[in-house]
Amino acid sequence: MTGPAPLSTPDLAEYMAAREPVLTAEHMTIDYQAERPVRAVDDVSLVLNRGEILGLAGESGCGKTTLAYGINRLLKPPAILRSGAVTLHDRNGTDIDVVDLVDDELRQFRWDKVSMVFQGAMNALNPVLSVKAQLADVFTTHRPSMSKQERQAASEELLSLVGVDPARLTAYPHELSGGMRQRVMIAMALALKPQVMIMDEPTTALDVVVQRGILREIMRLREQFNFAVIFITHDLPMLLEISDRIAVMKAGRIVEINTAENIYERPQHDYTKQLLSSFPSLLGDRGGFVRGKEEAHVARG
Amino acid sequence: MSLEVDHVTKRFKIRKGFRSSELVAVNDVSFSIQPGQTVALVGESGSGKSTIAKMILRLEQPTLGSIKIDGIDSREGGMRNYRRLVQMVFQDPFASLNPYHSIGHHIERPLRLHKKVSSKQETRERVAELLQRVNLDPDMADRRPHELSGGQRQRVAIARALAPGARYLIADEPVSMLDVSIRLSVLNLLARLQREENLGVLYITHDLATARHFSDEIMVMYKGDVVERGASDDVILNPQHEYTKTLLDAAPEPANHGKLRQEVRDEHLASQAK
Repeated sequence: MTGPAPLSTPDLAEYMAAREPVLTAEHMTIDYQAERPVRAVDDVSLVLNRGEILGLAGESGCGKTTLAYGINRLLKPPAILRSGAVTLHDRNGTDIDVVDLVDDELRQFRWDKVSMVFQGAMNALNPVLSVKAQLADVFTTHRPSMSKQERQAASEELLSLVGVDPARLTAYPHELSGGMRQRVMIAMALALKPQVMIMDEPTTALDVVVQRGILREIMRLREQFNFAVIFITHDLPMLLEISDRIAVMKAGRIVEINTAENIYERPQHDYTKQLLSSFPSLLGDRGGFVRGKEEAHVARG
Repeated sequence: MSLEVDHVTKRFKIRKGFRSSELVAVNDVSFSIQPGQTVALVGESGSGKSTIAKMILRLEQPTLGSIKIDGIDSREGGMRNYRRLVQMVFQDPFASLNPYHSIGHHIERPLRLHKKVSSKQETRERVAELLQRVNLDPDMADRRPHELSGGQRQRVAIARALAPGARYLIADEPVSMLDVSIRLSVLNLLARLQREENLGVLYITHDLATARHFSDEIMVMYKGDVVERGASDDVILNPQHEYTKTLLDAAPEPANHGKLRQEVRDEHLASQAK
């Protein structure tokens, strides 16, 4: 089943031509097998460029998390990848067919090439293990040749990279604030210097000020290590600020994809326009929002 | 006739091992809400916003100071007499409705407890009427919460809060759990009800944009203190306190798209040049 291609504007081709892809997903279709199968992702194709922040916007249930899991080979039954291909264009020039990876190949690919910051990251850390044990776990699995000292040094470095005091390495998750736990999660995703990081609502449960600090951190690290990010959230105002490019998803399909600027200035799809008009601007006009008394005014006038 | 919070302080005892210390969650806060007025209370997590809400609702007792609603002191008299006047709309509509009970039950109960109805027939009519007031189909009364979307559930929560005939509503982050596209409709609904029923509303949020457009006045809380207050547009467009400025800087402003990315890039290049 193929539907209309995502809307866009002609200048996107120019933007894409100037960049080198790091990950290509083609015709991904994902179903949840139930009595009546539910199509969660419907023929979605997506190219992610090296070092790019791609925002994936959409409401709950639109399939954005399922798509991310599909790209990272994390789908569990009843979810099933019906069709589609995912290719990672590795730094060293080889192309990896992600869908065909099995066992050890898959284990080596995950986290090393594509890592993930999970939704509800506040609770994604293991409560009975120290931060140190959880960070070291990444290294013992993927870099078995590292010595204990090297692991310790690498873990300390990771924490300072994300702005957490390395002395907190021995802390347990409950001893850290929400923002710090989030930073530890990012440190963990960063551990193997992946080329792609998928972030699923990484700041949703956090306070605005803390959230801002973490977004800045992600963007700074992106400048430093040039990884690409797929940033999943329903918070379009936030995406407009941090993304290079934004894909708007609705009912399993990408309905519009364009640079952040074009999405804001020249939205093409009605749904994008609806999303854009559904939050009032802080400093500007009221938009669709009417304060009680003034609505009465208008009604009378 | 108003909701008066008068020099209210709340301290919590914290025990750590054998030592105990005190946390001042709310420090000498006073304000009032008139019927028909919306006051927004903004601030970061832990700043004391929800503690104020709990004290107004009589879920916590103030350590010092008093809270009066239309002359009735929050510490005197029966609970029901007081709660008749003030009701809460909770943050999470997925947790605030009981999955075992029908939507109708959620609205009937306050009607019966507060003796707003005298017969079965009247109860049914009032429930249908309340559901219509929040733009829901009266047939929803027979459904259960899991059959409703987040936005619909929050409408039920609003209808439930209105059922006892409350004059004041405390809305603690009423739309933060909802999808962006339906937030506005729920806020617009609250605004309409407020106008029609002349309700006083305390709108607790960390979203400054809706705080500005939804309320007449904004109070900014920081570590238990109200650090700034004023007419909404003044606080947002001309902030005086440093913390208010920090909050404003942290709020996403879509019109500034690209600015943050450029800022971070410039900082990175500058640090590399060093």
